[in-house]
Amino acid sequence: MLILGIDTATSAIAVGLSDGERTASALRIDPKGHAEHLAPLVGDLLAGEGVSPGELTAIVVGTGPGPFTGLRVGMVTGLTMGHALGVPVHGICSLDVLAHQALCDECESGRPGHRLRTHGDVLVATDARRKEVYWARYRVGAAPDGRQALLPLTQPAVDRPAELPADLRELPTAGRGPVLYPDLFPHPVGPLDVDGGVLARLGALGLRDGRDMPVEPLYLRRPDALTTAERGAGR
Amino acid sequence: MSSDAPLVLGIETSCDETGVGIVRGETLLADEIASSVDEHARFGGVVPEVASRAHLEAMVPTIERACRTAGVGLRDLDAVAVTSGPGLAGALMVGVASAKALALSLGVPLYGVNHLASHVAVDIVEHGPLPEPTLALLVSGGHSSLLLVPDVTHDVRSLGSTIDDAAGEAFDKVARVLGMPFPGGPHIDRAARSGEVALDFPRGLTTGRDMQRYRFDFSFSGLKTAVSRWVAAREASGEPVPVADVAASFQEAVVDVLTRKAVLACREHGVGHLQIGGGVAANSRLRAMAAERCAAAGVELRVPRPGLCTDNGAMVAALGAQMVLRGRTASDLSLPADSSLPVTVVQS
Repeated sequence: MLILGIDTATSAIAVGLSDGERTASALRIDPKGHAEHLAPLVGDLLAGEGVSPGELTAIVVGTGPGPFTGLRVGMVTGLTMGHALGVPVHGICSLDVLAHQALCDECESGRPGHRLRTHGDVLVATDARRKEVYWARYRVGAAPDGRQALLPLTQPAVDRPAELPADLRELPTAGRGPVLYPDLFPHPVGPLDVDGGVLARLGALGLRDGRDMPVEPLYLRRPDALTTAERGAGR
Repeated sequence: MSSDAPLVLGIETSCDETGVGIVRGETLLADEIASSVDEHARFGGVVPEVASRAHLEAMVPTIERACRTAGVGLRDLDAVAVTSGPGLAGALMVGVASAKALALSLGVPLYGVNHLASHVAVDIVEHGPLPEPTLALLVSGGHSSLLLVPDVTHDVRSLGSTIDDAAGEAFDKVARVLGMPFPGGPHIDRAARSGEVALDFPRGLTTGRDMQRYRFDFSFSGLKTAVSRWVAAREASGEPVPVADVAASFQEAVVDVLTRKAVLACREHGVGHLQIGGGVAANSRLRAMAAERCAAAGVELRVPRPGLCTDNGAMVAALGAQMVLRGRTASDLSLPADSSLPVTVVQS
């Protein structure tokens, strides 16, 4: 098994490889450069690890939520590579990846983790632009097989940070939300950006567990336009 | 063209059509399109975000369809080409990212090409090798350009372009004034057939000093306003609006200016060939008047069939194949999507 992970849901362009145990990652921060830099970054990562594209067995993409234009670059890259290489493509919510990075002891060293560092809840808040954040709340709990697991408590959502309940904002918070709104998210925890290696490893774990990982973009907002009927109705 | 001619797949996502074409040398093998135009109709115009979302959904299925139609596998490809600009930024990026993913996965060269040059190159797969230099009139919802093309793979010169609305944009706006749905071009064309050119609407940039300063440029904004005012005055007076006559008169004004300047450019630059492309090239009156005026001026007119005039992937594949055939260096995998790529930059 050799999985390529791609996430472009944040200002970072994150790629990674995982064989289920060992992972490798590469990252480039460029909020407007996803279309430009993603493919070369993937190419360099594969070359650096001595892997040819044909050796990949699956691809997993971060499905957001994230600014639309960047998000689509990663998703269409993953979908097209999967088609060209004849391997399946899976999707994982980008906020899930950040939550795992925040909670999982061993994630940061890039190894599969079963022990989670923090007990309790964690918030992930990323930049949704327009003075809003994409966010979701997670809890460390027990999976049906007894292992510790990270459980999403909420669906991903987009809101103005000041409109989130205070007890939610007080939680340890991963992502760039606390960087942008330090007064509103007083307890930042690393990491800021998705780690492509962790994404790839989560994909490997999901495949092992037979989890359904649909490749559906999480836009959370409808396109910014009124239909002629809505304009006529004076909206 | 022999079977060892380069097999090139082209991707076009600069506006609302997800186009994938496959060309072998100068032979068209597949031209598949997924259009989101119906989704835009209820907004009364192309909404960039709606277009981009549709591109993401349609990209891989359209690639699959093109391969099936062409009877080739992706592994047979010799190169991939993609529209890198100009166009809607978010829409372009879907195609550019997908093309890069193909090039990276298959280990083949990538050519990022100009949308407008592709509109010129597409006629190669329709009517054979392009006579160079050729003169090209490209008219669509986003562009109105007169180009001098000594070499479609690397030397495209702009003689003029619209200074305000594109020709197709004027068709859409006037259609809206006349209560016709989006996109307006086909509706105006149809209505005009039963109308008379009875109204004298202005021909922008065609007289006096404008013909010196803006010799090969266009302006359709004043025309659109003149039509709107005329219709509004008519409605205010309580008289019925003669829709067919307005459509015919408006269309005549647009087509008159486009063909007059195109033929003049041929004459002044000593070019014996005019090619018309872009969505407005599907207009029947434009085709008829261009044929008439080119014949009178001794200029050979080439207009691809309507399906190849509107945005499509075949035109990108056609230009990509020319790049390969003429030994152009491939683009870098880090090529950006450039929404305002100048028409003179054929490859990025």
